[in-house]
Amino acid sequence: MATQRNTRLGRLALIGVPALWLTLFVAVPFAIVVRISLSESVIAMPPYEPVFDLSAGFAAFAEALGRLDFDKFVFLTTDPLYLESYLSSIRIAGLSTAIILAVGYPIAYAMARAPKGTQPLLVMLVVLPFWTSFLIRVYAWMGILARDGFLNQALGGLGLISEPLDILSTDTAVMIGIVYSYLPFMVLPLYASLEKMDLSLLEAAADLGCPPWQAFWRITVPLSLPGVVAGCLLVFIPAVGEFVIPDLLGGSDTLMIGKTLWSEFFSNRDWPVASAVAVVLLVALLVPIGIYQHMQARQLEADR
Amino acid sequence: MADVIRQQQLGGVRREFAPWTDPAAAPLIRFDAVTKRFGDVAAVDGVSLDIYEREFFALLGPSGCGKTTLMRLLAGFETPDAGRVLLGGEDISAVPPHLRPVNMMFQSYALFPHMSVAANIAFGPKMDGWPRARVDARVGQMLKLVQLDGLGARKPHQLSGGQRQRVALARSLAKSPKVLLLDEPMAALDKKLREETQFELMHIQYELGMTFVIVTHDQEEAMTVADRIGVMDKGRLVQVGTPAEIYEQPNSRYVADFIGDVTLFKGTLEGRDGDVALVRERTSGVLLRALAGMADAAPGATVWIAVRPEKARISPDPLPPDTPNVLSGEVFDIAYLGDLSIYKVRRPDGTFMKASQPNATRLVERPIGWDDKVWLSFAPEAGVLLTR
Repeated sequence: MATQRNTRLGRLALIGVPALWLTLFVAVPFAIVVRISLSESVIAMPPYEPVFDLSAGFAAFAEALGRLDFDKFVFLTTDPLYLESYLSSIRIAGLSTAIILAVGYPIAYAMARAPKGTQPLLVMLVVLPFWTSFLIRVYAWMGILARDGFLNQALGGLGLISEPLDILSTDTAVMIGIVYSYLPFMVLPLYASLEKMDLSLLEAAADLGCPPWQAFWRITVPLSLPGVVAGCLLVFIPAVGEFVIPDLLGGSDTLMIGKTLWSEFFSNRDWPVASAVAVVLLVALLVPIGIYQHMQARQLEADR
Repeated sequence: MADVIRQQQLGGVRREFAPWTDPAAAPLIRFDAVTKRFGDVAAVDGVSLDIYEREFFALLGPSGCGKTTLMRLLAGFETPDAGRVLLGGEDISAVPPHLRPVNMMFQSYALFPHMSVAANIAFGPKMDGWPRARVDARVGQMLKLVQLDGLGARKPHQLSGGQRQRVALARSLAKSPKVLLLDEPMAALDKKLREETQFELMHIQYELGMTFVIVTHDQEEAMTVADRIGVMDKGRLVQVGTPAEIYEQPNSRYVADFIGDVTLFKGTLEGRDGDVALVRERTSGVLLRALAGMADAAPGATVWIAVRPEKARISPDPLPPDTPNVLSGEVFDIAYLGDLSIYKVRRPDGTFMKASQPNATRLVERPIGWDDKVWLSFAPEAGVLLTR
């Protein structure tokens, strides 16, 4: 009897701990953000109203609840800045993801085909940049891309350019930063899916008359698709909301939703609008996550 | 043993087919002194071998003997370090696998997991640029051949092991290759299914008139399906011959021991009595007589006599004095196999000899039991004289 209760307790703890964690650190904060997005901004502390005060009694609470509305979401549609920020973010993140995929696939492929003994070392090398702070690495790119920076000096010294290139403070610099920072998140899932591939499949394809290049497209690429999707989402989703990279490497005209959100929150002190921007961004990103989960479920079924 | 008998019956049916005995016949496949090294190890060591059109050839040997490497040289997955591989008289040593008119059935089946059964089978014909209608017709024909009608839309993971094996076979046959290579095709099947599949393979090979080369470590399988067997050891071909030749006239202790059950008597060649060699057994000093055959050993040389258990006679009573090669001992072990029993007899010098006897009648007049004193003998024609 006691052991049965123990297993039940164990199961409860097993599900309970992550459930509690998700409730405390995901659901509750998100609920707070949603609640702020439905409020009005005021010059006060906190800078929004209504404020729920249970001590004021139920009637006051209900009255405050009734004052929540979707005004801020309507406001987001009236000012083109927000839509442009979203679209610009998606464009920059999408382009960066495409470049990362193009760069990361050959890297992951070479890693997966490297001798078994050296593969752990290669994986470690891919992860190595994480040992340095993300912020410092992005700052380093400022030094590289600046007008009198390392890149311009090197290119000028080699006589390849006469005028220094203006890369820093452009969308290009932002994309360089994103490509550099997020490359490992593409390489690792790609490597995982390429590494487990049965190489006799390629031999079978060759045996049936398929030249190596076609075998790559017909066999390797389809079988690594789960890794491609995982890598793209792991890169695209955080890149859309990226703030540090556009803030440090981008210019004043670089439009990204993370920056817009930051300025609403800190410069304008408009918490409700900032929250509304965050809620829309999250909902928009749920779509690709949903697609990913659907694909993963299908993959699980296929593996069984 | 049952398989051996079946093979002999089948051999009777196909008696006409023996192109390797015809000096004018041109081989379809020729390995010409082929060597393949991996590091310091020669996986294939100077192998020369001819395989003829419509032949079912088995490469037999323990794991690591080089039989798979030899097959992969033929498929094009390995290139020889020395020697040539010829197909239809043409040197294909440098031709990449996708340009060889040879198809292979992989031990792991290597079915494309993201394609349906039909797409797997259609892969080869499509690669050759067959028109759509012809591809579809071929897929249907292949599915029928391996009895998988109606399963074309399934994915490989939705099939049983036996069904996957059939898909792999159908896929490798779809292009009607000149040569089909089978790498341990039945290793993953259980015994019953394996036996059925062996006969099916023979049937398919006969019907399609293709040349099959099978790699296997299972001697029963090789004897069942093959017209000829090449026995390999440490990268070398030790003996090539029909199943009956390999079984009845092994050319070495290795082959005699690898194929079937055998008792080996080690001795010194004392001389000849006509066709019969006289061999003094080392351990017991008994003089044994066996057909000398082709063995060319000088008196005084160390030789072996190999005797198959079914060719030895076992008796609970002393044998008549003029019987050749009489040995005695006590029954050490009895293996009752239903159709026959195998007796392992311990001789006074401590060596063992095996003899089998069919259980022809259900009531044996005097059954042989454990520890019984028995007399063994074999005819001089039943013993094979071996010099290595």
